[in-house]
Amino acid sequence: MSDLTLKTITELREGFRGGEYSAREIAEAFNAAVVAGRSLNAFTVETPELALAAADAADQARAAGELKPLSGIPLGIKDLFATEGVDSTSGSNILKGFKPTYESSVSANLKAAGAGMLGKLNMDEFAMGSSNETSAYGPVISPWKRNDGGNAALTPGGSSGGSAAAVAAGLAPGVTGTDTGGSIRQPAAFTGISGIKPTYGRCSRWGIVAFASSLDQAGPMARTVRDCAILLEAMAGFDPRDATSLNLPVPQWEAGLASDLRGKKVGIPREYRIEGVPEEINAIWDQGIEWLKDAGAEVVEISLPHTKYALPTYYIIAPAEASSNLARYDGVRYGLRDTPQGGNLDAMYAATRAAGFGAEVKRRIMIGTYVLSAGFYDAYFTKAQKARTLIKRDFAEAFQQCDLILTPTAPSAAFGLGEKMSDPLAMYLNDVFAVPASLAGLPAMSVPGGLDSQGLPLGLHLIGRELDEQGVLNAGLAIEERAGFNHRPARWW
Amino acid sequence: MSVNADQVRHVARLARLALGDDEIDRMVPELNNILGWVEQLGEVDTDGVEPLTAVIENHLRLRDDVVNDGNCRDDILKNAPDAQHGFFAVPKVIE
Repeated sequence: MSDLTLKTITELREGFRGGEYSAREIAEAFNAAVVAGRSLNAFTVETPELALAAADAADQARAAGELKPLSGIPLGIKDLFATEGVDSTSGSNILKGFKPTYESSVSANLKAAGAGMLGKLNMDEFAMGSSNETSAYGPVISPWKRNDGGNAALTPGGSSGGSAAAVAAGLAPGVTGTDTGGSIRQPAAFTGISGIKPTYGRCSRWGIVAFASSLDQAGPMARTVRDCAILLEAMAGFDPRDATSLNLPVPQWEAGLASDLRGKKVGIPREYRIEGVPEEINAIWDQGIEWLKDAGAEVVEISLPHTKYALPTYYIIAPAEASSNLARYDGVRYGLRDTPQGGNLDAMYAATRAAGFGAEVKRRIMIGTYVLSAGFYDAYFTKAQKARTLIKRDFAEAFQQCDLILTPTAPSAAFGLGEKMSDPLAMYLNDVFAVPASLAGLPAMSVPGGLDSQGLPLGLHLIGRELDEQGVLNAGLAIEERAGFNHRPARWW
Repeated sequence: MSVNADQVRHVARLARLALGDDEIDRMVPELNNILGWVEQLGEVDTDGVEPLTAVIENHLRLRDDVVNDGNCRDDILKNAPDAQHGFFAVPKVIE
């Protein structure tokens, strides 16, 4: 039996259903890989017993002829998802020890589809970061190394850094991520895997710890586009407990996969040619354009004139919503409590929050509180909401001329741990290509394009019309088939 | 607009974050750097533009006015740092 941890979800599903191996064998292989991969720091909690229990149920279901869509498939779950009875801490000290008494809708959907859970995945604290370095558990180390002979530890990206590293290193065949301003797509690009953020409202936010509620969306990360389609189908769906959940049937994205793009128009936004971006990024973008043409698409130049303002807009709206959402961490209902000697209730709140939040989270709470405060609300928050309207309008106008948009996923390959931590703005700029689609609520996906001269993966980014995940997946598949990306990091861990 | 240490201290109080003087001092230039950068939005002509409140068209749903959860007090208190007699316990509020 070949190494099960090298297989895709599609392959595992086929092998399991065909009786080549049992679900228990799959779960045992991945449980062992999780243990062997501890030096990557990808998991915050390991739950091998849950993976085995689901596997045994899957083996019984197979014997009884009652297979579910994800029977036999073990997954990693980002720590931002509430998982019943299992520590769910959002990468933060303030939630240390928090064991939810309920299950998030998305992870419950995956469980109901037969999937098992290998453990919880490390992430930037409250999903605030692009390198996984703000986690209270310490950074995740990317399985990738530069080919320069050096041994520099690289970031897997963030905030879904543990998710990305786990898939890239073969510790899990697929995982959940969440994406507020690129947190699925940028780490997918940095680690040579695929990931899709669906249309806002496709996946329920119920039970996902809130960062910026108008932007947060869950989505899958996996080795292939087909695997992403399989997982997204199981994750998505209407949930009355989330007021922004879309009451629409879940399309059969996997069955709908088709890489023939004849009749499709792909827009190339001229504002995404940004000065200072390495030539290799533009080269892979040009290559992506050729691949889509080869798949039959017509390529047209488009304009998204407010692109430049997307990041500043995001860095008003997201911290504002975060400062409001994170007000709940007060030491009363869950997590950490720090009461200064003789301190009153107010002192307890302030001491608990000072002790429990890390530097980046405090910074964003401060920015958010400031832009929402009396006298500044209109100048910052309302202004940003208006700019967001214009950014969304840009996309609506562009989609009159094209069906899809192709851009690079990130302005660089993975950077070294520590390289950007001293400069918050440099870190924020890493999401320059990812954030506009988040502000517009659009489905967007990163697929591997190739390697740069240092041997590191570069991603291509597809943005679709709202609710057109199928179009995004299909174009992703067309790139995947042509890129033939089958590089894996050489194992050192 | 830029902020000084007193304003940062005020914002920290609004946000219920106990920050020491050295943290306040460190945060002043950091916040000014970020605020200075987001202020480029001032260039954008937003006259007559409605602020975006719902990114995907959706209608708030109504549900029947019936109890649909509850009876889970122990679950709710389960993660409390201090729960007493079926309540969340906090430091004394009234002297």
